Amino acid sequence: MKRFEMTKSYSMKKRLVLRAVAFSSVGVLLAGCTGAGGGTQQADGPVTLTLATVNNPQMKDMEELKGAFEDSHPDISVNFVAMEENDLRDAVTKDVATQGGQYDIVTVGSYEVPIWGQNDWLVDLGPLAEADTAYNVDDLLPPVRDALTVDDSLYAVPFYGESSFLMYNKDMFAAAGLEMPTNPTWDEVAGFARTLKTDDAAGICLRGKPGWGELFAPLTTVVQTFGGSWFDEDWNAEVNSPEFTEAVKFYTDLVNDAGEADPVSTGFTECLNLFSQGNAAMWYDATSAAGPLEAEGSAVAGKVGYVHAPVKETAESGWLWAWNLAIPNTSKNQDAAWQFVSWATSTEYIDLVGTTLGWERVPPGSRTSTYENENYLAAASSFAPITKDIMLAVNPTQPGVNPQPWVGIQYVTVPEFQDLGNQVSQDIADVFAGRDTVENVLDKGQELAQQAGDAQK
Amino acid sequence: MTAPDLIRTVAEPEDQAPAASRTTRRRPPKPELSGGQKKALRLARALVWPAIVVAILVTQIPFLVTIYYSFQRWNLMRPGSRGFAGFDNYVTVFTGGAFMQSLAATVVITGSSIVLSVLFGLGIALLLNRKFFGQGLARTLVITPFLMMPAAAALIFKWSMLDANVGMVNWGLSVLGVDPVQWNTDFPALTVIMVLTWQYTPFMMLILLAGLQSQSKETLEAASVDGAGPIRSFVHMTLPHLRQYIELAVLLGGIMLLQVFDPIAIMTRGTGGTKTLSYLLYERAFVGLEIGEAAAYGVITVLLTIIVASVALRLLFKIFSSEGAKS
Repeated sequence: MKRFEMTKSYSMKKRLVLRAVAFSSVGVLLAGCTGAGGGTQQADGPVTLTLATVNNPQMKDMEELKGAFEDSHPDISVNFVAMEENDLRDAVTKDVATQGGQYDIVTVGSYEVPIWGQNDWLVDLGPLAEADTAYNVDDLLPPVRDALTVDDSLYAVPFYGESSFLMYNKDMFAAAGLEMPTNPTWDEVAGFARTLKTDDAAGICLRGKPGWGELFAPLTTVVQTFGGSWFDEDWNAEVNSPEFTEAVKFYTDLVNDAGEADPVSTGFTECLNLFSQGNAAMWYDATSAAGPLEAEGSAVAGKVGYVHAPVKETAESGWLWAWNLAIPNTSKNQDAAWQFVSWATSTEYIDLVGTTLGWERVPPGSRTSTYENENYLAAASSFAPITKDIMLAVNPTQPGVNPQPWVGIQYVTVPEFQDLGNQVSQDIADVFAGRDTVENVLDKGQELAQQAGDAQK
Repeated sequence: MTAPDLIRTVAEPEDQAPAASRTTRRRPPKPELSGGQKKALRLARALVWPAIVVAILVTQIPFLVTIYYSFQRWNLMRPGSRGFAGFDNYVTVFTGGAFMQSLAATVVITGSSIVLSVLFGLGIALLLNRKFFGQGLARTLVITPFLMMPAAAALIFKWSMLDANVGMVNWGLSVLGVDPVQWNTDFPALTVIMVLTWQYTPFMMLILLAGLQSQSKETLEAASVDGAGPIRSFVHMTLPHLRQYIELAVLLGGIMLLQVFDPIAIMTRGTGGTKTLSYLLYERAFVGLEIGEAAAYGVITVLLTIIVASVALRLLFKIFSSEGAKS
């Protein structure tokens, strides 16, 4: 009898504990999405600006140098909130979408700028920039400026930008007696990779980690130069088209034959590791990789060759990405915010970085004048000229063979794309592992893409 | 005497009807209370109310808000289209196909990690239950995996242990003449289960070790005097004794492992049957930015957890207790 009562109260307690845990865990996760209101500063008197940014080296340099701005603007101080890329995206999206008003300046990727601009979440910086003659808005690299402009409104200004190119290990190519053309085709590159693949070194490193910004950054550029696209001009999905299928097959076969081991684990950082230790003959990725590859501690510094992104049907195939500064409409200090934004993206700031921190640390890919600066060209001679050539050559309004209804190269600027890209890339992981076929995966992707396309019509 | 009087006037009058209905529910009839006792009881009940109200507010508001969101059509990136969606989100959840796959992944990953870590934990607990030199040190060393933060553990496994080029596991396999294994690509579910088992074995071990140490030495001695070998006394004496401890270990482990997120986000990114319910929920909310849909997933997850908790676990424990010693 006693025993019975004990087990009974024990199991009741168990149930209560379970319920409490279950209720609270799910609830808390979602309650976090609402965001809290804040930021009730007035524009007169001393102003503190809150800047949300990504914790990249270039942004850390900006934080280090903010003293120069605060000295020349004594009534403005800037408070940096630096986060990892995904956290930044989550935090800023939540804040801006729910009109939280926590931030006066936000760091936004070029994928989000047009979407947020259309939602009327960001201040149009065009009139401010044009009124400010010292700012010289026409100096911004034209493709980057195009990517940040919607219906003639400039919703953000670039802090630094990048494209993609092919990096190769000159020693390995010399040892095998191979020569890399300046404008290689994907077929040539695949041939090199299969020749140079050994037990110790990958022929080429290509991202395989799921995510629209990981795998699908390089893969979308491959799809486009193969003549495919996510959508046609009328937002009809084209994911299981022959061109898209051929490109994905080419990419996955190349990785499985001559690429890195364990592709699903491999993203930008992993490839950087592999290539900088001399364990890969080629690497197709962001132009910003050149900085760390040439820095101290890299085993391949001085031995890396840089050429244009490989192509098939198009003349150029590099992507276009920029981290930009924008001002949310909810900011109470928009004038002060513009003063900081215009300072941080000015030629004056680029000179300041060059003279105080070193010319190799200048934020690249934002202004044409950076690539006319003798000091910068001397410090980054191996990759600066080609980076400029590529960044001026890419065309974000029509990167592929056929016209597209959005501006952007390695992504589609619709809200549904990050979800779509993420799901399709997770399925492609099954192709790398041999659990599924490209045709199957892309048929599934076609359905998802059509839903996303229908939402734009 | 003023306080109870005051409470009595504020509190609702006690109704007499329940006494009759309670007798039909096999409860013993309520003993007659004197007026003083009744007053004291009323005061006690009135004093409990604020605590109950706070408890309800604190625990249930997030859930109620979640239920509200689950009936909303709300994509964070499309502010104009927010509105009442009826049961659309629930229809999406059940027709999308992702839910059942994710449920299966959760059962496989949680289930196998629990079973494996209980088995390993039991083995290690049996070893540590003996007297030997350096017992305390050994115990501390064995516990460390559980003290590590989940994200740190996942990073160590990703970079140091299972990396295809420089990982220790592949190096060890190469010494044995086995080709390098692409862990995350070829065996994603197994990879996650490995990390979780490694982390939760010490937890299970601690609970089971406590159980072992509470077993009286005399009983075991008596068994061996009666001619029971080590295996027989383990199966017939120790295991029944450990029953409650195993139940507790499985229950707590299940609650913690159902929420597992870090190794999936860091290592496999939800590929190849590792998209558990918590990871799916994260993806819907933060990658898909579909707040309504994510909330619907959340509500269904809660309902499922309650069903599992109250039906399946009770069933499981019944099997256990019928095998256990009668006391």
